[in-house]
Amino acid sequence: MGQPLLRLHNITKRFPGVVANDGVSLEVFPGEVLALLGENGAGKSTLISILYGLYRPDEGEILLEGRPVRIASPTHALRLGIGLVPQHPMLVNRHTIAENLALGIGNPLFPSQRIVPLIEKMSLAYGLQIDPKAPIHTLSPGQKQRVEIVRSLLRGAKVLILDEPTSVLTPQEAEALFAVMRGLRAAGKSLIFISHKLEEVLAISDRCTVLRRGKVVGSIPTSEASKARLAEMMVGRSVSFDRKRAEPRLGGKLLELSGLKASSSRGLPALRGVNLQLRSGEIIGVAGVAGNGQSELVEVLSGLRKIDGGTATLGGQPLSAGPAQLFAAGVAHIPEDRIHMGTVPSMTVAENLALREYAKPPLARGILSDSSALEANAQAKVREYAVATPSIHTPSRLLSGGNIQKVILARELAGQPKLILAVHPTYGLDVGATEQVHKVLLDKTYEGAGVLLVSEDLDEILQLADSVAVLYHGELKGPFPVGEVTREELGLLMTGSQEAGSGGREARA
Amino acid sequence: MNKAFPGLRLEYDPNPPRSRVALVFALAILAALLAASLIFWAYGVSPVRAYATIFEGTLADPNGWATVLRRAIPLLLIGVGLTLAFRGQFFNIGAEGQMAMGAMAGAGVALFVPLPAPLTLPAMFLAGFALGGLYALIAAYLKARVGVNEILTTLMLNYIAYYIVIYLVTGPWRGKSLFGFAFTDSFPPQAVLPMIPGTLVHWPTLILGVVLAVLLQLLLSRTTLGYEIRVVGENPKAAQYAGINIGRTVLLVALLSGGLAGLAGVGEVASIHKKLLDPSNITLGMGFTAIIVAYLTRGNPVLAIFTAFLMAVIFAGGDEMKISLQMPFRVVDVFSGLMLLFLIASEPLANYRLRRGGSDATR
Repeated sequence: MGQPLLRLHNITKRFPGVVANDGVSLEVFPGEVLALLGENGAGKSTLISILYGLYRPDEGEILLEGRPVRIASPTHALRLGIGLVPQHPMLVNRHTIAENLALGIGNPLFPSQRIVPLIEKMSLAYGLQIDPKAPIHTLSPGQKQRVEIVRSLLRGAKVLILDEPTSVLTPQEAEALFAVMRGLRAAGKSLIFISHKLEEVLAISDRCTVLRRGKVVGSIPTSEASKARLAEMMVGRSVSFDRKRAEPRLGGKLLELSGLKASSSRGLPALRGVNLQLRSGEIIGVAGVAGNGQSELVEVLSGLRKIDGGTATLGGQPLSAGPAQLFAAGVAHIPEDRIHMGTVPSMTVAENLALREYAKPPLARGILSDSSALEANAQAKVREYAVATPSIHTPSRLLSGGNIQKVILARELAGQPKLILAVHPTYGLDVGATEQVHKVLLDKTYEGAGVLLVSEDLDEILQLADSVAVLYHGELKGPFPVGEVTREELGLLMTGSQEAGSGGREARA
Repeated sequence: MNKAFPGLRLEYDPNPPRSRVALVFALAILAALLAASLIFWAYGVSPVRAYATIFEGTLADPNGWATVLRRAIPLLLIGVGLTLAFRGQFFNIGAEGQMAMGAMAGAGVALFVPLPAPLTLPAMFLAGFALGGLYALIAAYLKARVGVNEILTTLMLNYIAYYIVIYLVTGPWRGKSLFGFAFTDSFPPQAVLPMIPGTLVHWPTLILGVVLAVLLQLLLSRTTLGYEIRVVGENPKAAQYAGINIGRTVLLVALLSGGLAGLAGVGEVASIHKKLLDPSNITLGMGFTAIIVAYLTRGNPVLAIFTAFLMAVIFAGGDEMKISLQMPFRVVDVFSGLMLLFLIASEPLANYRLRRGGSDATR
């Protein structure tokens, strides 16, 4: 294969208290897709930051085309030919693609003019299918990502780093991205692909390098890799990817939605007559691309948004009360944004664990908070859910994503919730934490809770749910029993292009 | 810049220890004093002499102490209330107006409400708290109900309060015995607070301030209401999620902070002035200075006892410079302005620590 395009040799980076990268060596050849895998905190982000000039390594060297380089800043990285496609595109919404890409490289007068033909040429060469005159706000997440790819290519990137690029894409959009990546590979570019999703890694990469606790545990050709093997390398023990759901124990009707309507915060219709029945002990997955009414559905069910029309009942009682009353009535809510909604980052773990029950005995006596009860409550929950925190008095913002999620689970699932609204419950979590979250949710259903699992991760839904429904444009299609629907059909429903399956499967007894 | 100090590097630390925060604050105050000395020097006064004058006229002299304490009383009351308000994300810039409204209510009770003598002062304080609080509620209601920015409304309401009081003292409430002056009549003796003999230190108000500082600290840290205020202040989305009534919390915080400013107004007119007069002579800009008092506490009402004292030294020092050095009294504003500037500018610095070794100067 000749000389590697980029070679990292013995990179070590220390932060107070942790060694984020410990003697990491890896190489990428021209025309190769290297998958970089690892759990959260394994050191991927640090390594990327070093490559992109945000951090300087404490030890080790970086060789680009055989020559040692010191990458001083992102600008410098781009000049050297290293481009980063960020997880969340950083683009000016009201401007066109060309105007965005002209930033910093166009000529001072009419900056975007000269760039238009360049973009068109590139779009054609790599099958990017983007129109340089289109304003950013008209683009899909996948198209925005491709704009970021073009940005790097325009500056002459030879190495492209893609940081979890598929986390916001539908399966079809991800497939389109892979096509682009294959084109880039054929053109001799080196790609570093970071992802949590092992199927994708197996589908697109040539080689996988796995990091664990800052060290490289192994680097294997993808042809020799399997999901189980990669997961074992990442976690350090074997992990099951089979369907996790045992036979559900279904009870009576729990949640019933009929013709449910609600508006978005901007006053536009967001739910256009949603019908759904959830029985206790059942898990229904709600799939869909973000922004199709998922947030509004969960907000209505948790008491955060008012119902415009139709009815929603929980165990026969109408669901119309504030979030505190609904929680008391048995609605647990694992929110979409665990940091900005589910917790108060500046407050302690103990205080965050009290967010639901702070005003009720035993945590309060009258208007007085009982700090010893607060601590006892926190100690018990931290132990039960194995939350890794230095102390219960640590501000929750210092915890990792997985541990913040455990704090939320411990708080929301205390007592016996009847209905659990779980929104992206494992988003951004590593394999170990994901397993724990899944187990807790499954256990709760065996105790009689019904779960509405809203997730953009189809694999997660297919692993856990009994049936799956798709929200598109405020309308709910389904639910379909998971055994009777394919990923492709769901992907098509998510983009609203056609009905799944052979039709007539929608209604269940 | 990266290579300016070889062997040293800055390291980000999201959770700075209190000692470092205190150190950074102390350095910021020192820097403000240095900057102020440049102004003294430009004014033709030796900075050393200026600071010596301040020190001799305040902390080195019993009369100076009396002046400091007298100034500290309203700063403490208002500062405690503002600390609470800022904790609940209600940016009350209207303590001047709330203080004036409190003074007006107190004066109204003193002059026009016949009450048994022992009830007069409590009734004045109650009325002052109520009117100051209600005045802040106007802005809080607009914020909670339709999302009007309270910084603008509270600031603008200051002017309305000023002119209401000016109207009263030049019009319907103008004193019968004091022709030509914009004063009310003097308060009857039962409406005047006891003071430490030979000084203008109205100690009941001082005690009230200290007690309220402690009580509000306990409210914040030990009650369910304080928990709600903190959640609303730190993360309104989480408050909404947990079903905390944000509007009600904002109204309550506003009521308390306006009420405390109102108490400060009553304290001033019931002791030093013994009448209602032009509001700028009552408030002296203390409603604004108290913002610094509150800012320095970093959210702990009880610490206002110390920070109010610090700002009172500066205030009293301004009096002293006016008399001894013939400098304008408004030098106090320059002083507090510099202090606020340096404190706010230095706050992020507490999140960094200087380390030996390595080469990273940026993140």
